[in-house]
Amino acid sequence: MSPSNPKAAYWQGFRAGSPFILVVAPFALLFGVVATEAGLNIAEVMGMAILVIAGAAQFAALAQMGENAPTYLVLATALAVNLRMALYSASITPHMGGLSLPKRVLVAYLLVDQSYAVSVQKFEETPKMPLNQKLAFYLGVMTPIAPLWYGFSLVGALVGQAIPPEYALDFAVPITFLAITGPMMRTPAHLAAAFVSVVASLLLAFLPYNLWLLIAAALAMMTGAQVELFMERHKP
Amino acid sequence: MTQSSTTIWTIIILLAIGTFLIRFSFLGLIGNRDLPGWFLRHLRYTPVAVMPGLIAPLVVWPAGTNGETDPARLIAAAVALAIGIITKNVVGAVIGGMAALYGAQFLIG
Repeated sequence: MSPSNPKAAYWQGFRAGSPFILVVAPFALLFGVVATEAGLNIAEVMGMAILVIAGAAQFAALAQMGENAPTYLVLATALAVNLRMALYSASITPHMGGLSLPKRVLVAYLLVDQSYAVSVQKFEETPKMPLNQKLAFYLGVMTPIAPLWYGFSLVGALVGQAIPPEYALDFAVPITFLAITGPMMRTPAHLAAAFVSVVASLLLAFLPYNLWLLIAAALAMMTGAQVELFMERHKP
Repeated sequence: MTQSSTTIWTIIILLAIGTFLIRFSFLGLIGNRDLPGWFLRHLRYTPVAVMPGLIAPLVVWPAGTNGETDPARLIAAAVALAIGIITKNVVGAVIGGMAALYGAQFLIG
């Protein structure tokens, strides 16, 4: 249903974003704990949570920093994880591209998996929604999400300082990655890309400076794209 | 991790700027232009191309055991991945994986 005014649109967005509290709060908590275990202090944990606001990329950066990878490789890896957001940006532009520059900056900062998924679905259902209501809806979605992301990152950082090292938390980073990756396996193309990524990274692990990862990722992307094309051509 | 505070903040700030520019790309700079299909097709697979490759060596040669392959960690990884694929629940998969790790460490010793 299309909302009647920006206020109604905001609260519709708020309700649509609320279920994600259950995902975002524990995930932020985990980030705070793992980042602290990895050696970041509270200011650094919070700086990353607030300025970057992208969970998977933050974990990717932590993993690379833990391996003492050079700065440019930490950045290349984490930004590669975030490249999907260019797609989000592209698909949200027809709906929100007409906003003023400061508002587009705000929308871009808040463009995360959840805000994208919920908003695009809503805007496609109700294409006639006025621009100010679309913005209100979008900000409504992020109202329960962004503050919780910051808050629980802080809780995690404080908890992390209290957890002794015997708890094998070194392995929390890979486990979290696997947990994030599992739900991404939506199509055979995704599975094929993931498989190539794993095999190539293990075979190329002897290469210096984590170059193996960039090569494995490039091969895996090509695999995903080719399998997708193949599937389209051979649709039953 | 042995990075200095300066290095850590450099990473944080550059990562923040880079991430923002990716998010802002179309909204702010490129606008409503069409992109070639092959480009979008590759973009679609970036997370699934990077993440598994990043994890695989950490699972097979974990830092916590100084790179020695550890059955408990392999079991935990398999459990976390399976729960993630089946339930699509990230938090459930993390809890299940860590529970499997502690369980396997207890049983294997």
